[in-house]
Amino acid sequence: MSTEAAPASDGVAGARAGTGFDLDRPWRLHPQVSVRPERFGALLYHFGTRRLSFLKSPALLTVVRALDEAPSARAACRLAGVTEAGLPTYAAALQTLAASQMICARGQT
Amino acid sequence: MNERVATADITAPDQAAETELAEADLLVEEVSIDGMCGVY
Amino acid sequence: MTLPLVEQFQYGLAAPICLTWELTYACNLSCVHCLSSSGRRDPRELTAAECMAVIDELERMQVFYVNIGGGEPTVRPDFWDLVDYATAHHVGVKFSTNGVKITPERARRLTASDYVDVQISLDGATAEVNDAVRGPGSYATALRAMGHLAAAGFRGFKISVVVTRHNVSQLDDFKVIADRFGAQLRLTRLRPSGRGADVWDELHPTAAQQRQLYDWLVARGEQVLTGDSFFHLAAYGEALPGLNLCGAGRVVCLIDPVGDVYACPFAIHESFLAGNVRDPGGFAAVWRDSELFAGLRRPQTGGACHSCSAYDSCRGGCMAAKFFTGLPLDGPDPECVKGHGERALAAVTGASPPRPFGDHSHRSRPVPVSIGPRPPTGPRPLAGPRPDRACDESPLAGFRAAPTSRPS
Repeated sequence: MSTEAAPASDGVAGARAGTGFDLDRPWRLHPQVSVRPERFGALLYHFGTRRLSFLKSPALLTVVRALDEAPSARAACRLAGVTEAGLPTYAAALQTLAASQMICARGQT
Repeated sequence: MNERVATADITAPDQAAETELAEADLLVEEVSIDGMCGVY
Repeated sequence: MTLPLVEQFQYGLAAPICLTWELTYACNLSCVHCLSSSGRRDPRELTAAECMAVIDELERMQVFYVNIGGGEPTVRPDFWDLVDYATAHHVGVKFSTNGVKITPERARRLTASDYVDVQISLDGATAEVNDAVRGPGSYATALRAMGHLAAAGFRGFKISVVVTRHNVSQLDDFKVIADRFGAQLRLTRLRPSGRGADVWDELHPTAAQQRQLYDWLVARGEQVLTGDSFFHLAAYGEALPGLNLCGAGRVVCLIDPVGDVYACPFAIHESFLAGNVRDPGGFAAVWRDSELFAGLRRPQTGGACHSCSAYDSCRGGCMAAKFFTGLPLDGPDPECVKGHGERALAAVTGASPPRPFGDHSHRSRPVPVSIGPRPPTGPRPLAGPRPDRACDESPLAGFRAAPTSRPS
């Protein structure tokens, strides 16, 4: 798990509320994860770990699906319409997904 | 969505992480694949 | 903000998250509490081709995994091929077995298979307690299978226990067994379903034992699985891990050996029959369009329970437990931790509770007294009395050994 903190612009934790999650790296969906869109967002099931995650936001689903092609998680968030103000919440959500191996940094399995 | 952030306290990283995870719970909820009733 | 999951499900899911699929009613055992009243194969069971068509549907719907059971699913000659077909088509499998076919070679092959999990049924930490429920030799069979899985390096297979009055004192012993074999312990709730209806009064845990069980589970957290079986105990206080809600028709369902789709495996009764996979549109149409499921997915008001302070936690308990004890579905669970269920049961006098119309139990009994005509083996029997069971004899009458020391 990466513990690199993004630099805070004004010392407030805002910009690094995603402590441990690097928004500026490229990420990808783990190849063993099945994504099933639902009305409320999506269900993610990891066939290797047998863990199940509920994504309770359609925007978060868009972010997750955009990860593979986007140059960074931040770019994927922007693509999904996430505002600067909303970034920390999405970063934290992505951190949860990274911690359960639903997503992983590109360049590693 | 308003920005709600944990004040980063470098001496208590666990608290910050926990609060951040609490935020993430809004968008991501994990349930055990065995956590659904109706499977014997 | 985002709604709690409980409320999200009222709109239905695109597909079940997982589902139970009983592959056959045939079984080498005759467990006294069998929720599907299994024993004899049904002549109308889905063929291998039909099973594969169902698996194709599950793949299209992105059902993540199936819990394959029965009866004893491994007695189907095509069982292993069907498991392979499922995993080759992106449907994970956990199968539930009494262990009868888990040879060392089979255990090795299972260990090498990705996406297959094994669950061994065990209802006593000793042969005495186990075999009283599952039949002579069943404990030995289960332990032998566990040994083969462990020897083959299969880590984390499940040992699944139905908690009864007689084994609730053995919870620590079950954990020891699971640890010994590198397995994960799973405790589930006895429901008055199938043959369970006949033994529920004498086998379901007492109120005091239920509290014991709850405390034991809370102390073990995620270490011991429950299949969200005990969500009615959330009324005691802290909820156990899991969704803590009835998944029937909302997140899970049952496909039975003849293709009937029920809300859940504990509710095998025409009142909970949503359709059949052989109908036009197959399983997908049943899941999506069934009136029964639409009703289950609408927000429940709680009925008689809505004013109880615990309702938000227990959600009124288990639909099947209420139904098969003759209680109204909009009232308390028979094992309501506040005692409302006991009071409600006392008020249910005279009329006998609903029975499922099918009974695939083995015919051979130590005391073969039957009153009335045998039900036909061809077309589905009509709802009504089941002559073979007129004496209400347990299938193991004569086999059951009384425990020499009564657990508290």
